[in-house]
Amino acid sequence: MSEKAVPRRKTMNINMGPQHPATHGVLRVELELEGETVVKATPHVGYLHTGIEKTAESKLYYKVIPMTDRMDYLAPMSNNLGFCLAVEKLLGIDVPEKVKYARVCLTELTRVMSHLVWVGTHALDIGAMSMMLYAFRERELIIDLYEACAGQRMMTTYFRIGGLASELPPDFDQKIKKILKRIPEGMTDYERLLTDNKIFRNRTIGVGKISAEDAINYGLTGPNLRGSGINYDVRKANPYSGYEKFDFDVPLGRNGDVYDRYLIRLEEMRQSLKIARQALDGMPEGPYRASVPGVVLPLKEDVLSKMESLIFHFKIITEGFKPPRGAVYQAIEAPKGELGYYISSDGSNKPHRMRVRPPSFINLSALPRLVEGQMVADVIAAIGSIDIVLGEVDR
Amino acid sequence: MKEKLEQFFRENFEDAVIRTDYFRDQLSFYLRPEYLFEVCQALMADNDLEVKMLSDICSLDWLGDPEEADGRFEVIYNLYSLKHSYRFFIKIRLSDDKPEVDSLTSLWHTADWLEREIYDLMGIKFIGHPDLRRILTADDVDGYPLRKDFPLTYEKPRFSYNKDGPPEVIT
Repeated sequence: MSEKAVPRRKTMNINMGPQHPATHGVLRVELELEGETVVKATPHVGYLHTGIEKTAESKLYYKVIPMTDRMDYLAPMSNNLGFCLAVEKLLGIDVPEKVKYARVCLTELTRVMSHLVWVGTHALDIGAMSMMLYAFRERELIIDLYEACAGQRMMTTYFRIGGLASELPPDFDQKIKKILKRIPEGMTDYERLLTDNKIFRNRTIGVGKISAEDAINYGLTGPNLRGSGINYDVRKANPYSGYEKFDFDVPLGRNGDVYDRYLIRLEEMRQSLKIARQALDGMPEGPYRASVPGVVLPLKEDVLSKMESLIFHFKIITEGFKPPRGAVYQAIEAPKGELGYYISSDGSNKPHRMRVRPPSFINLSALPRLVEGQMVADVIAAIGSIDIVLGEVDR
Repeated sequence: MKEKLEQFFRENFEDAVIRTDYFRDQLSFYLRPEYLFEVCQALMADNDLEVKMLSDICSLDWLGDPEEADGRFEVIYNLYSLKHSYRFFIKIRLSDDKPEVDSLTSLWHTADWLEREIYDLMGIKFIGHPDLRRILTADDVDGYPLRKDFPLTYEKPRFSYNKDGPPEVIT
C-alpha cells in the first residue's frame, strides 16, 4: 500500500554518442532523462586511448615531439611548445630571442586556429550551418602558413628542443600580414551572424552555467574558467617564452554561461592577433636554434660544413642527450586551458615518465555539473562550449 | 610564497614532512601518506595561502631504480594558489604491497577523474573515492599499463573477459 502511494519517477537512459556528430569525437554521454530534462549525465571516455604517455617512456626526448601534436590536433604548435619548454627547463637551457618571438607568434596563431574551428563547429551544433564554412575559410590561411614553415598542414612538429626545426620561410612576414588583415574582417562576419542573433542568444544565454567557486573546484582552466570571471591566464600569471614583454588583455566573463565563453573566445582571437603583430614587429635577427653542443641539434649549414657539428648531430640523433635527474612541470596557456607537461628524468636518455595535464580531460569532468537539470538540447551546447578534443582527453 | 609555505609546514605539520626538494624553481614536499588529507584540507582552509586549485595528480613507478627503496610508487599532487600565482607539489611514496592512499574527492571535484585515471593506469587505490572504475582503458584489461613491468611487445595485452564480474545488462 505504502509503496503504491509514492509514484516512481520514470526515467529513461539514453546514450549520446560515441558516434554522435555533436560530441566532437568519440565521447559517450549516458543521459538519464525525465521527459526532456537531464537528471544525470555520465560521460564515458577512453575510446581514443593510444597510450601516448606510455609510448613516450621508450622514446628519445626529441622523438616525443611528433606525438604531442597528435593529442590536441587542432592546436599543434601549443602542444609542441609545452613539451619543448618542459625539456628546456629540465636541461636548464635558454633559447635565442628570435626563437621566443617566433614561437609566441606561431602559438598565438594556433590559438586563433583552434578557436576558429571551435566557433564554426559550436555554431554548427546549435544550428548555424554557414558559420563553419566562414570559419574554415579563415583557418586555411593559418594552415598555409604552417605548411610554409614546417611542410605539414596540421601535424607540424615545428618546434624543437632548443629552437625551431628550420629557418622561418622567406615569405613569413607577408603571410602573417595577410592573416592579420583577413581574420579581423572575417570576425566581423561572425559577430554579425552570431552575437546578436536571437536564436543563438536564446540557445546560449543562461545555459551551462557554472559559478566561479565551482569552476575552481572542478579545476577548469582557459576560457571556461575566465567565463566565470576568474582572472587566471598562465601567460599573465606565470609568463613563459617571453610573454611578459607583450601587451595584451585577458577577457573575463560575468555569468559563466555558454554565451560568455563564446564572447571570450572571440575576444581572445583579437588579442592573439594583437600579440602576433607585436611578435612579428619586434622579432630580432639571430639564429633559429640555441647553441648548446651535445644537446641541441647544430644548424644544418654547420652540419654540412663542419666536422664537430656533424659529430654532435650524429650523436644527438643516435644516442640523444641525458638530462639530470629530477622532475619539472611546465604549464602553458593552450587554447583549451592550462596544458602542462610533467617530465620526470632518471638520468637516462629517455623520459622516465611524461605526464600531460590535459585541459580537455579536466574540463570535461565538469560536464555533469553543467548539464544536470537542463534540457537535452542544452547538452549539445554545453559540450560544444567547453571545447574538448577527444584526442587530448584520451591521449 | 616559498617561505610562507615552508613556515606553514614547519608550524603545523612538522611530523608529516619527510623532506623538501627545490629543483628548477619548483618546490616539492615529500609527505607521509597518512597526513595527506589533513594537510590538503588545512592548505585549502588557510586564508593567507589560499590553495584553492588542484591542478593535476600524476603518478610514477620507480621499479628498478635506486629510488625504489623509499617506496615503489610516487603520487604527485600539483597544487596552485590563484592568489599568489604560485605552484608547488606534494609528493607521497607508496609501497608495492599496499598502494593505497586517501582520496581527495571530498575536497576537490578535480580529483574524481584524475584519481580514476591513476587507478586505471597505475593501479593505486584511493580510499573513499565514490566511483573508482577504470576510465581510459577497457573495463576488463588485466594489469596497469603505466607500471614499468607491464608487457610492451611480443605479448598480447591480457583481458579477463569479464570472468569475475559480468557487465550489467540494462533492460
